[in-house]
Amino acid sequence: MLKLTTAIYEAIRAHGEQTYPHECCGVLLGRSQVGANDVVVNAVESSVRAGNTRTDSAHNRYNIAPGELVKIQRQARESGWDIVGFYHSHPDHPAQWSKIDFAEAHWLGCSYVITAVAKGVAHETNSFLLTGASEENKALEAEALEVDGDSQEKANERLRSIPA
Amino acid sequence: MKIHIPTPLRVYTGKQDTVVVTAATVGEALSRLTTQHPELQKHLYTEDGKLRSFVNVYLNDEDVRYLPEKDTTAVTEADVLSIIPSIAGGGAAQREETNANLS
Repeated sequence: MLKLTTAIYEAIRAHGEQTYPHECCGVLLGRSQVGANDVVVNAVESSVRAGNTRTDSAHNRYNIAPGELVKIQRQARESGWDIVGFYHSHPDHPAQWSKIDFAEAHWLGCSYVITAVAKGVAHETNSFLLTGASEENKALEAEALEVDGDSQEKANERLRSIPA
Repeated sequence: MKIHIPTPLRVYTGKQDTVVVTAATVGEALSRLTTQHPELQKHLYTEDGKLRSFVNVYLNDEDVRYLPEKDTTAVTEADVLSIIPSIAGGGAAQREETNANLS
């Protein structure tokens, strides 16, 4: 399960709208715990926007420079947090992982959040947990997304009811 | 020197986020790390002993791959090594690559 605050949930989605038609990307900082029934719970305390270095194909690829990740990891450590996930957008493409997302996913136990952005507007946001013990048996599994204690559906209803 | 371990690899370091080793070079530091925590070996290196392509090693803020002396670069106690798996992906170039029905 991925736990976000409303502010972080909205920030991730807004980032995808701002970089459209290019993919956005960023890092989720917080704490990871194993909850009831061995469910991994990644609780996010902060999101950090990262630059997409794939300027050659930014509409359907993203890459975060490892040097930037080193700095973000340092920032997390100083705040007492860990890197617990990553996010990116799929411009005019579903919020489902692609073969490339899977091949390039290496942070076992972390959440990979994808937001579909259609014609510049954020639509569905899904989270996938990278499970498994190694590269050889990893899997991206859909996980529940909770926003300020609400289910994602309830949070979306709540956000829709707030006048823009 | 300190070696920072990323979240997914801490399961092989007894949950430690930092491992302290005594070493004269980057390569020696990594060797000490995998000696202390042998299970890390297969997650960092291929079977023929090369660093896996998605594993980045940074000496302070420098990518070791781009240092003139690479893993023979000298280190001091004050230096910090960071192991950082890469982050990349994106919507498929060909839409049929999407695995919507598999997730």
